[in-house]
Amino acid sequence: MTNTWMDIKNANVILVMGGNAAEAHPVGFKWVVEAKAHNKAKLIVVDPRFNRTASVADVYAPIRAGTDIAFLNGVIRYLLEKDAIQHEYVKAYTNASFIVREDFMFNDGLFSGYDEKAHKYDKSTWQYEIDEMGYANVDETLLHPNCVLNLLKVHVDRYTVDVVSDITGTPKDVYLKICEMIASTATPTRTLTSLYALGWTQHSIGAQNIRTLAIIQLLLGNIGMAGGGVNALRGHSNIQGLTDLGLLSDQLPGYMNLAQDSETTRNAYLEKRTPKPMRPAQINYWYNYSKFHTSLLKAWYGKAATAGNDFCYDWLPKVDQVYDGLRAFDLMDQGKMTGYVCQGFNPLASFPNKAKISSALSKLKFLVVMDPLATETSEFWQNHGEFNEVKPEDIQTEVFRLPTTCFAEEEGSLVNSSRWLQWHWKGAEPPGECRTDIDIMSELFVKIRTLYQHENGAFADPILHLHWPYRVPEAPAPDEIAKEFNGYALADIPDPKEPGKLLAKKGQQLSSFAQLQDDGSTASGTWIFCGSWTEAGNQMARRDTTDPTGLGIAPNWAWAWPLNRRILYNRASCDPAGKPWDENRKLIEWDGSKWSGLDVPDFKVDAAPESGIMPFIMTNEGVARLFALDKMAEGPFPEHYEPFETPLGTNPLHPAVISNPAARVFENDRAMLGEHKEFPYVATTYRLTEHFHFWTKHCLINASLQPEQFVEIGEALAKELGIANGERVKVSSKRGHIIAVAMVTKRIKALTVAGQTVHQVGIPIHWGFTGTTKKGYIANTLTPFLGDANTQTPEFKAFLVKVEKA
Amino acid sequence: MQVNRRQFFKLSAASLGGSTLAALGFSPKDAQAEVRTFKLTRTTETRNTCPYCSVACGIILYSLGDKAKNAKSDIIHIEGDPDHPVSRGSLCPKGAGLLDFVHSKTRITFPEYRAPGATAWTRVGWDWALDRIAKLMKADRDQHFIAQNDKRQTVNRWTTTGFLAASASSNEAGYITHKVLRSLGIVTLDNQARV
Repeated sequence: MTNTWMDIKNANVILVMGGNAAEAHPVGFKWVVEAKAHNKAKLIVVDPRFNRTASVADVYAPIRAGTDIAFLNGVIRYLLEKDAIQHEYVKAYTNASFIVREDFMFNDGLFSGYDEKAHKYDKSTWQYEIDEMGYANVDETLLHPNCVLNLLKVHVDRYTVDVVSDITGTPKDVYLKICEMIASTATPTRTLTSLYALGWTQHSIGAQNIRTLAIIQLLLGNIGMAGGGVNALRGHSNIQGLTDLGLLSDQLPGYMNLAQDSETTRNAYLEKRTPKPMRPAQINYWYNYSKFHTSLLKAWYGKAATAGNDFCYDWLPKVDQVYDGLRAFDLMDQGKMTGYVCQGFNPLASFPNKAKISSALSKLKFLVVMDPLATETSEFWQNHGEFNEVKPEDIQTEVFRLPTTCFAEEEGSLVNSSRWLQWHWKGAEPPGECRTDIDIMSELFVKIRTLYQHENGAFADPILHLHWPYRVPEAPAPDEIAKEFNGYALADIPDPKEPGKLLAKKGQQLSSFAQLQDDGSTASGTWIFCGSWTEAGNQMARRDTTDPTGLGIAPNWAWAWPLNRRILYNRASCDPAGKPWDENRKLIEWDGSKWSGLDVPDFKVDAAPESGIMPFIMTNEGVARLFALDKMAEGPFPEHYEPFETPLGTNPLHPAVISNPAARVFENDRAMLGEHKEFPYVATTYRLTEHFHFWTKHCLINASLQPEQFVEIGEALAKELGIANGERVKVSSKRGHIIAVAMVTKRIKALTVAGQTVHQVGIPIHWGFTGTTKKGYIANTLTPFLGDANTQTPEFKAFLVKVEKA
Repeated sequence: MQVNRRQFFKLSAASLGGSTLAALGFSPKDAQAEVRTFKLTRTTETRNTCPYCSVACGIILYSLGDKAKNAKSDIIHIEGDPDHPVSRGSLCPKGAGLLDFVHSKTRITFPEYRAPGATAWTRVGWDWALDRIAKLMKADRDQHFIAQNDKRQTVNRWTTTGFLAASASSNEAGYITHKVLRSLGIVTLDNQARV
């Protein structure tokens, strides 16, 4: 979230699209109710199903799954046509006035530079015109035909209300009503907030769904504002934290990344990641990259990391490609993997195309599962009848099942969706022989290190010299680790502004990533968490609920990254002269000598408004990007592409380019895609309010509340197929089938799309063959094995099925 | 001494046992009507966070035992933390069932091993399991570690053993996991954010 849960109450209009907060995040949704009750906010819900969020909405619009970009591009068109944008904000704080290269093109569904064989783009034309100083050219008059705003106008011109309605199935009158409500927040004193979740990310164009909304929020001047923002409601309690910590194939902590093969020296690596400013005077914060990177290497390799050996740069692995989950299972299925470890993760249930996952796991030499619960993955080799038809005798994989503690039996911090790091404490000893993840990973590491100390083996240096200063090597304490990711001084750190003074003494905990150095005198395992455990103690454990302004900011409750900042981009909540756009939403302001206020300024504290420094300090042009340059895989502007399994069999906008041309699809999986003639109905998967993922089926109360697998089918489709409420149905895709009870519902209506009737089928995900509920089929038996072009997130939210009586 | 029922509980919890107070004659008028003391007054409260979605509602764990060294604590009740500024004491149907997660019948409580082709689990000890996993990992790493690619560029990666990281484990667990995995050269790494 750019903003916070509590901040939702400040919104005037709330758009829930790509999520169902009332059921999936019920307590967070209370802040929507608060906004409605006390701020007269209006709630808009756009979803294939009339869900519980929709039931309290002021306006609900049905939509065909997978057509969100068409819907939102139409909103952009509406805003530009009606001139409902916040002009001063757009001109000063976005790249609207930046001039794009002449040779940038978009024709018939493809941007310039597409390589058809490689399914990817050469993005060199997706750039600004650059002058001889290396700065981007801008046209403040916004008249240049190739300035971003004019290119955007041309790009969205095709998305008329008729076209949008034809693609999405959303009725025109309700669509126009929503456009009007969103447009009402273009004034500086009204804000729109957007709440989304996996309903936007789990598509082959997921990342672009979110970008489209970001463009809308920038045009309306709603980024950086209390009550505004683009707010991802993360699905798990610490998935924000795991992402911040960089536990992804090519990432390092704090959104740094691993080197590519070709980056053979640390200088080459750093140069690529230390961008030059693209406009005069801009802060371009990533120029500090080398400080963050050096401090990480010092935290990991300790004394072994020196300036003389490039701080052990070569000890970190380099990547030739992204080895994400989809690629891992594809390689596994080709027999190219030996071992796999699943830590609190149940891929047999949560990755697409269960048959492929099962086949892949069967080809491993060994599988390790660390979990508090008996997951399906740990029992993938067991025959559970129709729910898991395998022959154990034929599966040669060794499987280890290691019991872990659960939340109640351990202490530590979690990052919530608002980026708050909150500490929790241990309430009881775990049952039996359960151990924490920390202890398991540490003892395993110590055992591997011991093997390398006594036997030869491949490149042992990073193992033998990994900085491991913990009191008990097999069981580091959470506070030891938290202090390490925060960071500490390895030498006295002089204050460059005041000679003779120190920022920190040797051995002290650091209080800000601004103190980090690139000469090896600081260590910090995760620079964005720097400030969470300072000399003043554990900031994550703070419990002061005081909210001085009533804006929903309790600055002394827990600790938020970065630097305890609660609303990201908050400099943009003030006009260029430093005055809040809206006095009632004052987060910070320029007081004549510095930026001050309740929130921590997302800006250089002493940079006066006249300095010309723009609010988006993490970009090298200082402004937000309506045009994304080369940052996205499938184009700098969002475009509607059909899901890979489309009920139309074409894309009405450009029949030659139906689906995302840059999406992650492995060649073998193309054959596993179904056609609309055989599988005519659109299916989408989701959660119920009584269950969490595949976990709560192990809890008696939740299993009692929702004991049996079902699918939701609209009345019209049920009638057409002769299916009565409560009958069992077989739902099949090209990949397999599930059998479940049919819930015939008024909540899913047939839509008219491109002149034809499209039915949608709802598939809750929560069942499997372990736990306390009745056994059920794994919903991901049905879903296609392919992913978004940028994030590789699978397309769980829009695929094709057929439905028959079981 | 006149005390109402609420003050009586406060007094009892803060100082002496309720029965002692009553015996001394400090009984509130309605104390005789009390069948038994409120169960939670004798528990230990621990602040924690709901492990499900990212709203991260504050919760209070109520456990028997005072966490003394040899006292085995047991969580008997979980409820919303009214001090938490986001959740303000609320829990949803998922969080309200948390006690059943802690005491789930399908929790794993000891390490198990399934041999190639076997049809059942075998109970094993931690040492045996971790020793065997360490050996399997080392053998695969030594065999498949790529020190240089075919352009002779140093890459120091290991692709053939992969890892899926948790989504409800703490930052501390996530950080130490990352540190260990990269020291081994592992790049086949993902977490639940992807799906």
